[in-house]
Amino acid sequence: MDWQGQKLAEQLMQIILVAFAVVAFFTGYVLGSFQMMLLIYAGGVVLTTLITVPNWPFFNRHPLKWLDPSVAEKHPKPQAAAATTSKKKGSKK
Amino acid sequence: MHSFGYRANALLTFAVTILALICAIASFSDTLSTPTPTSNVQVLNINRFQKKPDGDDEVSLTFNISANLQSLFTWNTKQVFVFLAAEYETPKNSLNQVSLWDGIIPSKEHADFWIHTTNKYRFIDQGSNLRGRNFNLTLHWHVMPKTGKMFADKIVMTGYRLPQAYR
Repeated sequence: MDWQGQKLAEQLMQIILVAFAVVAFFTGYVLGSFQMMLLIYAGGVVLTTLITVPNWPFFNRHPLKWLDPSVAEKHPKPQAAAATTSKKKGSKK
Repeated sequence: MHSFGYRANALLTFAVTILALICAIASFSDTLSTPTPTSNVQVLNINRFQKKPDGDDEVSLTFNISANLQSLFTWNTKQVFVFLAAEYETPKNSLNQVSLWDGIIPSKEHADFWIHTTNKYRFIDQGSNLRGRNFNLTLHWHVMPKTGKMFADKIVMTGYRLPQAYR
């Protein structure tokens, strides 16, 4: 998921849950059924989970531009300094 | 919101918080209704009225309780617990309350009822003060909600009197 996708996922989650809560409360109040309110809200939570939690493609419409591998090879990481420090601190990498 | 677990956790926490909020509002909605319950108790017979060997008076009564508690039920009511108490004053105690009968009303349909019964619990005084005693019969109830605060109230019915002599 990219940055824009994450923001979208968060907004969708909040809006859909609140909307379902409002619908659930008023339906339950008008029908006089507490169980109906809980059922509608539970349905809303499941729906929101399906929409916002999995990594859907539409959350990745603005993908991050990672550096191309061919360009990265032209700028090698500093190896010499890393080799000496890694000998002293063997376990830490 | 970068990982599956992160999003799932955020969603679950938010969902539970919103659930708590709608339950609180549902409980608050109970205060908007004004109940109008009615009740009536007839004492049909004094079956026994004796002084026990330990010195305390005991009465056994048969009575008919009729009540309509339907207006107490809202969409947020789980059940109503109702009990009938005899209340009287003695030289030793300014208020005595003795529970004679109780019941649970599970739904609105059962809330308009009458019952012809002897006292479920024994009516025993602390001492020997019941002869000729005037007492009130009070119907108390507790409205138990599905979520939120429990409300209790009562109706006081006056004018009952025990006999002057044991029988």
